[in-house]
Amino acid sequence: MRPEKQMMIQTDICIIGAGPVGLFAVFEAGLLGMRCHLVDVLPQAGGQLTEIYPKKPIYDIPGYPEVLAGDLVKEQLKQIDPFKPTWSLGQKAVKMERRGETDFVTFTSEGEEIHSKVLVIAGGLGVFEPRKPPIPNIEAYEGKGIEYMVKDPETFRGKKLVLAGGGDSALDWAVFLSDLASELTLVHRTKRFRGAPDSVEKVFKLAEEGKMRLLLDSNVTELKGDGRLDHIVVTNKEGWPEHIETDYFIPLFGLKPELGPLADWGLDIEDNAIKVNNALDYQTNVDGVYAIGDINTYPGKLKLILCGYHEAALMAQSAWKKINPDKKFNLKYTTVNGVNGF
Amino acid sequence: MDVVKIRVEEEDGKIAELEAPTDMALNLMEVLKGSGYPVLATCGGMALCATCHVQVKEGFDQVGEPATDDEWAMLDTLYNLTDESRLACQIKIDDNCDNILVKHLGDE
Repeated sequence: MRPEKQMMIQTDICIIGAGPVGLFAVFEAGLLGMRCHLVDVLPQAGGQLTEIYPKKPIYDIPGYPEVLAGDLVKEQLKQIDPFKPTWSLGQKAVKMERRGETDFVTFTSEGEEIHSKVLVIAGGLGVFEPRKPPIPNIEAYEGKGIEYMVKDPETFRGKKLVLAGGGDSALDWAVFLSDLASELTLVHRTKRFRGAPDSVEKVFKLAEEGKMRLLLDSNVTELKGDGRLDHIVVTNKEGWPEHIETDYFIPLFGLKPELGPLADWGLDIEDNAIKVNNALDYQTNVDGVYAIGDINTYPGKLKLILCGYHEAALMAQSAWKKINPDKKFNLKYTTVNGVNGF
Repeated sequence: MDVVKIRVEEEDGKIAELEAPTDMALNLMEVLKGSGYPVLATCGGMALCATCHVQVKEGFDQVGEPATDDEWAMLDTLYNLTDESRLACQIKIDDNCDNILVKHLGDE
């Protein structure tokens, strides 16, 4: 047996979220001599800016009349290079422990342990989790016939499958799995698909050839089975139910931004955002845990990148004071001191 | 026209009337959120979440079909998709919105 990957990282500030605000926090912390480690569920830095809209122009970054989101991230990475941040990319922060005044441990989905003096959550929209359809008892069958994503297609070889959804991922998986499954049914709420024309065409062709069943204007409304899912009920627009025997039901209703595991870390949460003390330093209700950027909320909050930058600066000076309780804080200007990397 | 009337069907079936200015570059999500409807608008209007998903029960043709692939892609993934579904953040408040009837469905 392979030993489980165990990696321990020691740093001053652990930042969850490597979007523009998390990256700028590295800079502000670096100016004050603090080292940072970033954790992000995405495989690269930049958050939404690189993952979702790298080619969209942004017009409200001071000093840039217009900048492409992807380019802004590149420039920010250049800006923090002197401070040599370390990274856990492609990993979700799953658990946090506060072991003392300035002693935090963050655990990642890949088994890494990040020990830090303060914790900064710059998680933006949160993590994108599969959207669960509101079908009664769905949770009871999770892992017992319900799968929200296709991790290993081989699992489904020779099995009876029902897929639901009308987006690109539902279409593409239906096409792919129709080859492996013994029977495949695709259920979609309306009559039309707006996905890539190529995939839509393939789905209709496979349905015509009898390699897949297509149930349009229909929704999965009930799940049945004793302990494990064995059949589902599909109801069409006229309200007629149809019982379909199946080994697996794979609802593919896209991804939804969620706070994810950190919703259970004892932080005050309001409307899917973390409440912070904005009059002072963007700390949460847990001493030593800060939340900056789009993921926080306070009276007057504006979800703007530039507001997140400001929050990062205030967080950094507060974190410095917390880490250095016996020293006196002096605001230093880069024009006077330059940037002194590590 | 400087102001349009927007009708909103509420949870209990009652219809509320809102007034929205057409000269402030607003979208329907902002109007609904600003009027106290529980629209989270997690993504801030970039068609990246579907928390502002509405059914345009009257006037769907008037406001037009989804203009962008991003909006279609998001709508197509929804369990509660209807034939008159739109993301409110992608509907600009202009004269075409006058007297439409919408219902907030969200992303469940």
